[in-house]
Amino acid sequence: MIRFDGVSKRYDGQDALARVDLEVAQGEMVFLTGHSGAGKSTLMKLIMLMERPSQGQVFVDGRNLNRLSRSQIPYYRRKVGVVFQNHQLLFDRSVFDNVALPLQIAGYQPAETGRRVRAALDKVGLLDKERQNPVVLSGGEQQRVGIARAVVNKPPLLLADEPTGNLDPELSADIMKLFRQFNEVGVTIMIASHDISLLKRMGKRVLGLSKGQVVHDGVLT
Amino acid sequence: MNPRRPSERASSPARKGGRVPQGASQSRAKVSDRLDSWVGHHSTTAAESLARLLRTPLQSLLTWLVVAVAVALPAALYVALSNVQNLGYSWQESSQLSVFVQRDARPDAISALQTRILERPDVLSVEHIPPDAALEEFKRYSGLGRVVEGLERNPLPDVLLVFPAEAGITPEGLEALQQELESEALIAEARVDMAWVTRLQQLMRLGQRLVLALAGLLALGVLLAIGNTIRLAIENRRDEILVVKLVGGTDAFVRRPFLYTGLWYGMGGGLLALLLVGLGLWWLSGPVAHLADLYQSQFRLQGLGWTHSVQLVLLSGLLGLLGSWLAVARHLSAIEPR
Repeated sequence: MIRFDGVSKRYDGQDALARVDLEVAQGEMVFLTGHSGAGKSTLMKLIMLMERPSQGQVFVDGRNLNRLSRSQIPYYRRKVGVVFQNHQLLFDRSVFDNVALPLQIAGYQPAETGRRVRAALDKVGLLDKERQNPVVLSGGEQQRVGIARAVVNKPPLLLADEPTGNLDPELSADIMKLFRQFNEVGVTIMIASHDISLLKRMGKRVLGLSKGQVVHDGVLT
Repeated sequence: MNPRRPSERASSPARKGGRVPQGASQSRAKVSDRLDSWVGHHSTTAAESLARLLRTPLQSLLTWLVVAVAVALPAALYVALSNVQNLGYSWQESSQLSVFVQRDARPDAISALQTRILERPDVLSVEHIPPDAALEEFKRYSGLGRVVEGLERNPLPDVLLVFPAEAGITPEGLEALQQELESEALIAEARVDMAWVTRLQQLMRLGQRLVLALAGLLALGVLLAIGNTIRLAIENRRDEILVVKLVGGTDAFVRRPFLYTGLWYGMGGGLLALLLVGLGLWWLSGPVAHLADLYQSQFRLQGLGWTHSVQLVLLSGLLGLLGSWLAVARHLSAIEPR
């Protein structure tokens, strides 16, 4: 699903990623870990095409991202769901409208949009909050709205950058359970996290990054 | 629907298998749906951007006023110009040539000449003023009665007033008629007061150019004013633009609400400009009609008319669209998720 071929990313002469090779199979759930500045975010930004590599090639779903033109990027991004640490919700509209945004952009009919948004909100347990403004929700609930928005379009690949960074352990466990459910139905998932105990509990493959290089690959014990 | 806690559902993920994410094939909308949705998005975006403007009425009104003043000024000048032109046409219709007959011409020769002139296709009518009648009129209106009475003999020649046919009332037509009349042996001189006709025409041309130049400058002003307003609107909705781009919004999708906002600013300003011009006309029409009556004229102020009014609003809307397009092209690409 994801393949990095000798990918480097340089910012002002500093290597954020240095000749990274990695492969994530379809349907896999992997964690990225490492200190801040190790290159986790850069790696995800390259997959989201928020950045282009200075060197090397990134393949997603068999497509070479270097070959995607600027005008193709939006259509590519519709197939990648993203969950942000600060959830990036819009506070000028309801929970429903936040989650519906990707569907409106992709051109779904209102009836279909409503059906899918409610299914996604039901999945994250927030169906009763659809009319509320996300600003009144708790941190955990806001993060779940962000997850609903990321999966509402049923993307084959889901990225999450520190999705539990601001949450207490109990809420983190809830969120992780959600990700695991999506993974069980075939979604490839990549989650960046520095919470080592969480990574150990999950028992999934972990990619450890340090100074822009992959220094660990395997289950943490 | 009865919302359940997520933990309850966690135990039975398979039951919901049909609805949970599965792959790209399910995430694509049908083409016909997408077209419907595209049209739908246009109409909702149009309505939403208008509603957004009306939610901040004072701020929007200010922009509308700026556009209205800039549009109303050249529009009002245009209206004034076409009114002067109308006035000019009605004066031209009273154009006439004064033909002075040779002093020693015999009366029957004069009446033959009169018939000859009347037969010309570019002449409507001919009026003969004998010297005595002319002198009488001169005595009455010039205030020089005493002086005239002192004259030994009538110094005035026979005069034929020639009224040209409607088709001949152009500076060129009048000049041709005058020259042909002067080539007659019996005619000493044919005079046409054409200078003012040409002068008026030249003035009109000058006026049209001035209005055009002014309209161009003010149109540029409208472009910049709307462009700046849109720039602020883009800045205000920066977060939204970022999120929309992150979840796969195309440039066109991001651009659309701002283009509609520009269109509404332009069209609203155009409508307001119509109102301003209408008010101005209404304010002036009374005195103008009164003045015209004093000159025994049927002249009345003419407004823009339906076609021109619609054109004005559309043109103003187009300016708004163009102004927002410029702002959007310059500022939207700078907002990229980082």
